[in-house]
Amino acid sequence: MVAPAARVARVVGMTLYLLAILFAAVSGVPGLFSRGFGGKGAAALMIVSALLGISASAWVLYGGSGSSIMLPATATISWGLVSFDPIAAFFLVPVLLLSACASIYGISYWDDHHQEGAGKVRFFLGLLAAFLALLVGATHAFVFLLAWEGMALMAFVLVMTEDREAETRRAAWIYLACTHTGTLLLLGAFAVMAGATGGFAFSGLPPGLASTGKGTAMFVLFLLGFGFKAGVLPLHFWLPPAHAAAPSHVSSVMSGVLIKMGILGFVRLAAWVPDPPVWWGGILVVLGALSGIMGVALALGQHDLKRLLAYHSIENIGIILLGLGLGLIGKSTGHPALQVLGFAGALLHVLNHSLFKGLLFLAAGSVVHVTGTRDLERLGGLGRSMPRTAAAFLVGAWAICGLPPLNGFVSEWLIYLAAFRGLAHFHWGLSLIALGALSVIGALALACFAKAYGVVFQGEPRSTAAAQAQESPSAMILPMGILASVCVGIGLAPVLIAKPLDRVLSELAGRGQGLPELGSLAGLSWLSALAIPLLMLGIILWKWSIPKPQAKEQPTWGCGYLAPNPRMQYTASSFADGLVQGMSWVLWPKAAGGRVRGYFPFPRRFQSHLPDPVLDRVAEPGLKGTAFLLSTLRFLQAGHMSIYLLYILLTLLTLLVWMVV
Amino acid sequence: MFHDILITLTVLTNFTLVATSRIHKSIQVAAFQGVLLGLLPMTLGLGFHVHILLMAAAAVIVKGWFIPFLLRRALAKVHIHREVHPYIGYTVSLMLCALGTGMSIVLAHNLPLKPGGPFALFVPAALATLFTGFLLLVSRRKAITQVVGYLVLENGIFLFGLMLIEDMPILVETGVLLDLFVGIFVMGIVINHISVAFDSMDTRQLAELKD
Amino acid sequence: MPESLFASTLHALLHILTALLLPPLIPGLINKVKAVMAGRTGPPVLQLYYDLAKLSRKQAVFSRTTTWIFMAGPAGAVAVGLCAAMLVPFGHFHAPLHFQGDVILFAYLLGLSRFLTVLSALDTGSSFEGMGAAREVTFAALAEPALFLGFAALAKSTGSLSLSTMLAHTGPLLRFSGPLVLVLAGWAIVYMAENSRIPVDDPNTHLELTMIHEVMVLDHSGRPFALVLYGSSLKLLVLSALLVGPVLPRNVGPLLGWLAFYLALGILAVGVGFAESVMARFRMTKVPQFLVAGVLATAFAFLLMLV
Repeated sequence: MVAPAARVARVVGMTLYLLAILFAAVSGVPGLFSRGFGGKGAAALMIVSALLGISASAWVLYGGSGSSIMLPATATISWGLVSFDPIAAFFLVPVLLLSACASIYGISYWDDHHQEGAGKVRFFLGLLAAFLALLVGATHAFVFLLAWEGMALMAFVLVMTEDREAETRRAAWIYLACTHTGTLLLLGAFAVMAGATGGFAFSGLPPGLASTGKGTAMFVLFLLGFGFKAGVLPLHFWLPPAHAAAPSHVSSVMSGVLIKMGILGFVRLAAWVPDPPVWWGGILVVLGALSGIMGVALALGQHDLKRLLAYHSIENIGIILLGLGLGLIGKSTGHPALQVLGFAGALLHVLNHSLFKGLLFLAAGSVVHVTGTRDLERLGGLGRSMPRTAAAFLVGAWAICGLPPLNGFVSEWLIYLAAFRGLAHFHWGLSLIALGALSVIGALALACFAKAYGVVFQGEPRSTAAAQAQESPSAMILPMGILASVCVGIGLAPVLIAKPLDRVLSELAGRGQGLPELGSLAGLSWLSALAIPLLMLGIILWKWSIPKPQAKEQPTWGCGYLAPNPRMQYTASSFADGLVQGMSWVLWPKAAGGRVRGYFPFPRRFQSHLPDPVLDRVAEPGLKGTAFLLSTLRFLQAGHMSIYLLYILLTLLTLLVWMVV
Repeated sequence: MFHDILITLTVLTNFTLVATSRIHKSIQVAAFQGVLLGLLPMTLGLGFHVHILLMAAAAVIVKGWFIPFLLRRALAKVHIHREVHPYIGYTVSLMLCALGTGMSIVLAHNLPLKPGGPFALFVPAALATLFTGFLLLVSRRKAITQVVGYLVLENGIFLFGLMLIEDMPILVETGVLLDLFVGIFVMGIVINHISVAFDSMDTRQLAELKD
Repeated sequence: MPESLFASTLHALLHILTALLLPPLIPGLINKVKAVMAGRTGPPVLQLYYDLAKLSRKQAVFSRTTTWIFMAGPAGAVAVGLCAAMLVPFGHFHAPLHFQGDVILFAYLLGLSRFLTVLSALDTGSSFEGMGAAREVTFAALAEPALFLGFAALAKSTGSLSLSTMLAHTGPLLRFSGPLVLVLAGWAIVYMAENSRIPVDDPNTHLELTMIHEVMVLDHSGRPFALVLYGSSLKLLVLSALLVGPVLPRNVGPLLGWLAFYLALGILAVGVGFAESVMARFRMTKVPQFLVAGVLATAFAFLLMLV
């Protein structure tokens, strides 16, 4: 029997969770009725939802125990289980935090006066948040798939917001096709799992199953299904168009939270399987390395700000998979230290990435909102006209490169520790791959974000739109500030996050297995101890070096050239050119024009572009070829309804006869 | 015993529907079939609970009066009285219907469904009605006759569902509701719009919508 | 290594003083060697100290295009360099701050200083700085893996993830054994790339076609420039300690240990000066190949350790 206090605690946790879902779902409804107040109403309801949900999560993660409820079952269908366990609590935090920030942002960014469909965006954003919140707590295949489909459809509608542009429609269409393919694969996976465990409720798989053919089939289906959603290379190609086409606050929710639902799936899978074979973790490590390196390499060549950020999401999913893979290897081979460090790094990176990617997308949205363009080559000098947005983007860039003392470093550090620990073992090859991949990813990410920040916010404006920029309204700055402070907070005081991580890790290890505490394996307090002196020293030196008020201000030295103009600055493509050309054997960049001939040449145009290798070189040509082949079967579509009904009749007859014979 | 008579009458009405070219007559016969099926629950020996009486009454009213009423109203608007030039001629369709009935008896015998008691004839009758409905749908040109064919199809499904009346009465009631759905939605919108948009009830014109 | 509290405090103090005061001596020594080899008298060895003092008194001039990052870059780079210096062991003594995993923090602190330098370079809006920044990040992407693979080899050998242990007690890797030599060779290449020494970059040139680090700091003056110069000498010290650590003798007393460290630093500085005088800078297109050679060296070192 559970002690009454514990029971009350469970009920409180579950109630807060369900209320949070409810508030999120209805947050868009006031906006449908009142035009002026819709944005603020939605934001208020979403903030309430976030506060409820995050307190529920904190309740469970910092001490309480999880709880679950059974939705009512009828004779034929059992609707299943919603369970607010530590995994759900952990994943709920980024879901609600980012949705709340996006709602606040949307007050000014997508309001009724300047944009069309604002009420629709608010409504579906609320529903998206509600479905996401439901998904994290689902522990029955039906509820899970229901929430999954709901989330995918809401996201589709949101991506299609600006449906007048052909590019948006194409992006939404690709997104829909990919997400439904993933869902189909998941259906197959859950069917196999139900066959093995005898039910659709999520419970631990019997030991020994994972190594059989059924287990392999289940893993492959889950890998593909969740991989589609998470954006693992080579199933990533829907991500950049969709995230670039959606409104920026929607992109921040999609990039920050939606793709993490694929990771949630992997985490749940890791929790069910008591004895995963080593090759499962190995595949995750290899895919993680591939996604990470290719993701950041492709990001380097982009000149659209939001596509660049979207490719970075792919890279960070790669890093998360590296951590998950190492953790799974630790679970398979019975090395608790490896398991703890790998999983903890991956989970913390899930939280961190949602924070700083959400921040980056919001900042990018602010830039796009003010200047009207996403093209890097048309921006510049915005650091002076939009200082707060620039500061927010800087924090996000600093965090995403994994530089100390911010939160990105903490999670990457944990995964590094896991990789280093794995070197001492039998499967050192995988750890070496992880290590090499992480170091390359870190350096390339630094290059890419130096380019992004430098080209957009520094230097001189490269176009009149950028020259006339002004700071965004405070409703857009506030959520950026919230996310940035959480990033800095986690970076400066990572010990606060150790206890929740330990609780989630104990779920992943399975019942009755003791794991070493994270704090004992990784000196998180040392990081804090170093971060604060670092910052203080930096500030002291900066104050010392700031020139006195009467210091002289000059234009930048132009090496004697008398008429420098902003177009002579390094462009984004030039900045990244060294690396892109160096990796041209995997990236296949396209360039056209630019050859200058003669002593007095005419003006020339130059264009460079980096098409997505999977989408533009494999998927589209492949599908076009298949469509051509299938069009030879057109004759079957005669157009007469009678013929179609005849087809149905013949099929029915065939099936009946076949059943008899 | 009564239920056997009702079932046999149903199968006979199938033949009538297939053979007639007069639309009024086919509507009448379809109504009659509906009444037969509506009365069927009462003859199964389950007693005369309020539930069963209500269900029978609902089925009779909807299938026997309401839908034919709507059909006749639609017919009055478009002034058609005969089905001419169906895809499959009347003699041939009569023979096909007989073939279908025979085949459904054979299939019912061989399929692993052996309901006992009063339900013995249900499966072959249901299958036969199903095929008749399909035949009407496939072979007729006029939209109204196709709707009648859909109604017959539904009667076949209703017959199947009646076998479950003890365990899942809700399924049977949902069947009646589905009839209502057909009556209101399909006819009102489809026929109205076809005649408005194309100025004709000839479904050949629908082939223009081919991809 | 068991030490009394007094002894360890003394070592920490000496470490901090070295990190604060010694760095400007190293470029002075290198330049003196280069001058002597060129047949000149050259600037005094303490020249950089005088330069720093002079620059601290000077008024800074800065460009209208820049923002606060332009000033923050050099300050941040020095702060980061000092923190990194607190993590690296000098000789075979433990660094003042050591914990499991500080090796990763060390590498990322170097990355942070690079990030800040690049951003303050791009802040000026000049194509020179942009060029330097682009080259810097490109070459860093090739040099990072070499650094990490070297750490991987040492980690596997010593079983520890703390720099103090990895460098000071290299475990079964004997000094001058094959894998260690390869690691140090790879790290020497990283050293030359990070500190912009010949053959990767010429610290004395001012031709835009060839500069990498020099060009990124072109617009700094006054106190920020002093910080820039001090920061780069700090990086020299830190990376020299990284190179010198594994080769120093281990079982000597404290006084001799520190003397050996200073002597080794001096020899390394002289060696760098010598190498700069006899070699020419590589063509820019050869630098990536050079860096990849470094990566391969450390990779082979790791693989050799498994055999």
